[in-house]
Amino acid sequence: MAEPGTIEIQVLRYHPERDEAPAWQSYQVPFTDDMSVLQGLQYIKDEIDGTLSFRWSCRMAICGSCGMMVNGKPRLSCATFLRELQPGPVYIEALAHLPIERDLVVSVDEFVAKLAGVKPYLIPREQRSLAQGEYPQTPAQLERFEQYSACINCMLCYAACPEYGLNRDFLGPGVLALLHRYNADSRDGGRAQRMPMLNAEEGVWTCMAVGYCSEVCPKQVDPANAVNQNKVVSAMDYFLRFLPRSGGTP
Amino acid sequence: MRGWWRRDPFFMRYMLRETTALAVLAYALVLTVGFVRLAQGEAAWDGWLAALRTPWALLLHFVLLAAMALHAYSWFVIMPKTMPMMFVGGRRVAGAVITRAGWAAAVLAALALYALARRWLS
Repeated sequence: MAEPGTIEIQVLRYHPERDEAPAWQSYQVPFTDDMSVLQGLQYIKDEIDGTLSFRWSCRMAICGSCGMMVNGKPRLSCATFLRELQPGPVYIEALAHLPIERDLVVSVDEFVAKLAGVKPYLIPREQRSLAQGEYPQTPAQLERFEQYSACINCMLCYAACPEYGLNRDFLGPGVLALLHRYNADSRDGGRAQRMPMLNAEEGVWTCMAVGYCSEVCPKQVDPANAVNQNKVVSAMDYFLRFLPRSGGTP
Repeated sequence: MRGWWRRDPFFMRYMLRETTALAVLAYALVLTVGFVRLAQGEAAWDGWLAALRTPWALLLHFVLLAAMALHAYSWFVIMPKTMPMMFVGGRRVAGAVITRAGWAAAVLAALALYALARRWLS
């Protein structure tokens, strides 16, 4: 049974062409038990203040568009309910560590460029002709990467990561998790091409294993696990060069 | 980013976990000093043992013991995130199982060490 009430929503507003710095603005929003934070923002935009900007699309935690800081924590606003945040006020800001374009809209350019850089696609280990059929895979081989493929690029992990806040060159949890998703795929042969990015200081070695990325991930991708198990992989990649190849001279 | 670790309780727990590494270092130093004193002869060794029985040394040991316990606890909490996926009998071992197995191993190792020490001292 939905019980109507009113809750104060404080939004950090910022229009770069008009404002010198971001500033808080307060709104009184009537809400029911089944209303998400996103629906609260939609109420503000439709009924109170049409100048408020925010991204959203699917409203069901799969598009990854509506990430924002809710009371200081990175959340998908469609999957966070106003009833959980009573009595308020609810403080809403753009995702931390990312450049604000307008109000709650952040720039995704850097993330997308980094993502494209790690070749997030299958580079077949062996070329097969159509006549040879598909690339088969066992359930066990699938499990090695399946959870990492659940990433929806929402960037909550970037807002959660203090290392990324300190050093924006860091590839970051999401991109490294997707890099690992392909390296861990039995059908993929692109590992050698991705290793330089993994080995770089901006790769896994900037991570200090805080682990908050995995805590906030709405899809249980566990990016901290993807990053940290690759520290071992990266160290092996470095030291194994000193061993002779089997059958050859050192 | 100044004072970032005070922004969230999660970050404070992280800093606490990392700080306990200093307790491990401190106790390694205590033991190293003991080792050096042992090499220097019986008088030096007895002096080191006597120093360990002072109230300040006991207090230090209580603080270090608490920090070590926290270190062991938090070490195994983060452990599943730092290792490759583990499979037993074709099934993936859950992170919580790895953490609990680690705690159990730590407690057993501490008890075994305690029992050994009791035997040597008696």
